Amino acid sequence: MTSLAEKPNYNDDIVKLFTIATVFWGVTGFLVGVFIALQMAFPVLNFGEYLTFGRLRPLHTSAVIFAFGGNALFATSYFAVQRTCRTRLWGDGWSKFTFWGYQFFIVIAALGYVTGVTQGKEYAEPEWYADLWLTIVWVAYLIVFLMTLKNRKEPHIYVANWFFLGFIVTVAVLHLVNNISIPVSLFSTKSYPLWGGVQSAMIQWWYGHNAVGFFLTAGFLGIMYYFVPKRAGRPVYSYRLSILHFWSLIFMYIWAGPHHLHYTALPDWAQTLGMTFSIMLWMPSWGGMINGMMTLSGAWHKLREDPVLKFMIISLAFYGMSTFEGPLMSIKAVNALSHYTDWTIGHVHSGALGWVAFISFGAIYHLVPVLWKRPGLYSLKLVNAHLWIATIGIVLYIAAMWVSGIMEGLMWRSYDALGFLEYSFVETVQAKFIPYLIRAFGGMLFLLGSLIMVYNLIRTVRGDTAPETRPAYLETVHV
Amino acid sequence: MFNSHKSVEKNSILMLIFVVITISIGGLVEIVPLFRMETTIEPVKGVRPYTPLELAGYNVYLREGCYGCHSQQVRPLRDEVERYGHYSLAAESMYDHPFQWGSKRTGPDLARVGGKYSDDWHVAHTIHPQSLVPESIMPGYAHLVEKGAKLEYIHEDMIALRMVGVPYTDEQIENAYTDALAQATDDSDDLDGLLSRYSKVNARNFDGQSTTTEMDALIAYLQVLGTMAELQDYKHDGTQRSGR
Repeated sequence: MTSLAEKPNYNDDIVKLFTIATVFWGVTGFLVGVFIALQMAFPVLNFGEYLTFGRLRPLHTSAVIFAFGGNALFATSYFAVQRTCRTRLWGDGWSKFTFWGYQFFIVIAALGYVTGVTQGKEYAEPEWYADLWLTIVWVAYLIVFLMTLKNRKEPHIYVANWFFLGFIVTVAVLHLVNNISIPVSLFSTKSYPLWGGVQSAMIQWWYGHNAVGFFLTAGFLGIMYYFVPKRAGRPVYSYRLSILHFWSLIFMYIWAGPHHLHYTALPDWAQTLGMTFSIMLWMPSWGGMINGMMTLSGAWHKLREDPVLKFMIISLAFYGMSTFEGPLMSIKAVNALSHYTDWTIGHVHSGALGWVAFISFGAIYHLVPVLWKRPGLYSLKLVNAHLWIATIGIVLYIAAMWVSGIMEGLMWRSYDALGFLEYSFVETVQAKFIPYLIRAFGGMLFLLGSLIMVYNLIRTVRGDTAPETRPAYLETVHV
Repeated sequence: MFNSHKSVEKNSILMLIFVVITISIGGLVEIVPLFRMETTIEPVKGVRPYTPLELAGYNVYLREGCYGCHSQQVRPLRDEVERYGHYSLAAESMYDHPFQWGSKRTGPDLARVGGKYSDDWHVAHTIHPQSLVPESIMPGYAHLVEKGAKLEYIHEDMIALRMVGVPYTDEQIENAYTDALAQATDDSDDLDGLLSRYSKVNARNFDGQSTTTEMDALIAYLQVLGTMAELQDYKHDGTQRSGR
C-alpha cells in the first residue's frame, strides 16, 4: 500500500490522448458550426450533394457534443478518478481501447452523415452498426471506471465520481433503449427503429433531453466538482448540498423530455408531467451552481489573477442562466411562442458554449501543464484573451438568437386588422438575415478564441514561457 | 439521512444500482402507458402504410436531413391551423419509424404539404428553391433528379418495417417493385394492382423524366403528407382518445 505522501503511478498517457482529441474535435466542431451558420445567411454556400446544411448539421452537433464533449469527459473522468481514488486507472489496454474505439465511432458516424447514412433522429443519427460499436466501447468505459473505483485507496467515493458514474450508466440506458432497431439486412447501412409515431417521439426526446441532462450536465458537473475545488484550492462548499444536488438532479432530469413535444399529438398528461418536472429542475440546477460558485468562499481574490478559474466561474454563470431559461421555455404558454424558433438554438448554445465548452476549456488549461509536467501555461494573457473573445462571441450569438427567435415567433402568430395572418412564412425568413450575420460573427469569435487556446497549449507543451508575470500561488498548484 | 448516505458512498455497486433505480422511474411512468394504443392514438380512418415509392421518398427525406429545418406537426394553435391546416393527429404518424415531427421551423411545417403545390413546382423548388422563392435559404437538391430511386430491394425495407409493427401484407411486399414503378409512371399497366393494394394513391410521373428518380420518390412522399386521414369525420370532443 502506498503512503499518503507517495504518489501512485497514475496513467496520464491516456488522459493526454483524450485531451489532444478534445482540442482537435472541438476546433473541428466549432469550424463546422461557423460554416453552417454562414449557410443560413448565404444559402449559396450549400455545395453539391454532400455539403448541404441538412447533412452538415448533424456533423456539427455530433462533433461538438459527442466528439468534443465526449473526449473532454473521458479525459477529465480518467484524470479525476485516479486522483480521487489514489490509484492507477484500471486496465491500460482497456482504456486505450476506449480511446481508439471512441475515435473510430466518431469517424464512422461522421462519414455516415456526409454520405447520407442516418437514422433521422436528432442527436441519435448514427446507424445501427455505429450504435453497436459505441455500445461495446461504452461498456468498456464503464468497466474501466468501476474497476478503478473498486481499487480505490480512499474509503469514500468522491462526489465528482458520483456524477461521472451517473453519466456513464444513464447514457448507456438511453442509448440502448432509443436505438433498438431492425437492420434491413446485415449488409445494409439502413435500419428501422422499433419505435414509431408517438412512442418514437416520446422515447427520442426522453433520450434527447437526457443527452443534455446526463451527457452535457451530469458529466460536466463531475468536471466542476473536481476541477473547481482543485483550481480554487478550497474544498467543495457543501457536502450535504452535493448529496441533494446529485440525487434530485438525476431523478428529475429523466422526466423533462416531453417539454420538447408541447402541443403535439403526445397525450396532454405526458406534456404536463414534462413541464412540471422541468420547472422543478430549476432547483437542483441552481443548487449545483451555488455549490460550485460558493466553493470560492475565501478564495475570491484568485478570480482576479487566474483566468483559468475565471473560465470555470463564468461557465457556472452561464449554467445558471441557461438552467433558468430552460424551465421558463418549458412552460407551455412560453413554449407556444419559443418552440420551432431560433430561441431554442440560442438556449442550446448558451448551455453548450457557455457552460459545457467553458468548463472544458478551464479543465484543459488546468490539465495540460500537469500532464506534460510543465511549470505552468505558456501565457495567462492569452488565456485571458481567449476568455473575453469567446465570451463576447457567446453573448453576440445568444442575443442574436433571442432577437430572431422571438421575432419570428411573434411574426408567425401576428394578425392584421382584418383578421388575416400578417406575414407569409418567407417574410419571417427574410427578417432573420441580420441576426444570422451577427450569430455567425459570434461563432467566429468563439472559434478564434479556441485557436488562441491551441496556440497557447502547443507553446505550453513545447515548454515555452511567455515573458509575463504570473501570480505566485499558481506556482504551487500541484496534483 | 446524510449519515446513511455514507454506505452508498463506500460501495460503487450499490451506488450504481441506486442510480439505475432513480433514473428509471420517470422514463417508465412517461413511456410505458403510451403503449396502450387506444388511449394514445385517436381512431381516425384513412391512415395507411406508405407505398413502396413513398417509402423510398421518406428515406430520401431522412437522408438529406430535412427534419433539421422542417417540422411535421401542426399544433392546435389558431395561427398554425390557419397557416398549415388541421392540427396533427397521433394516428397520422403511427407508421413513421422514426417519427418526423422535427423540432425547428427554419422552413415551414410540412405535415399538410400534400396537394398544396403542383409536382412541377416541387421539382423546380427542390432543384433550386431560390428560382421560385428568391428569399429562401433552403439548399438545392439537384442530385435527386439525376439519381435513380433504389427500388429493386425496397421490399426488404418493407419486411424490416413489418418486423417493427407496420402492417404490410405479403401481397404488398411481393409486388413492391412493380408497385413502385407503377406509381411513378403515367397510365401504367400495373396501376390497377397498385390501387387495389393501397388506398388514395397519387400515381403519375412526378418529375416528368423517363426514369424513376429519387425526385419521383420524394415528391410522391411529399404529396401524400397530411392527406391520408379522413379529417372531415374526425370530431374532437375530448373523449376521442378513450373511445375504441
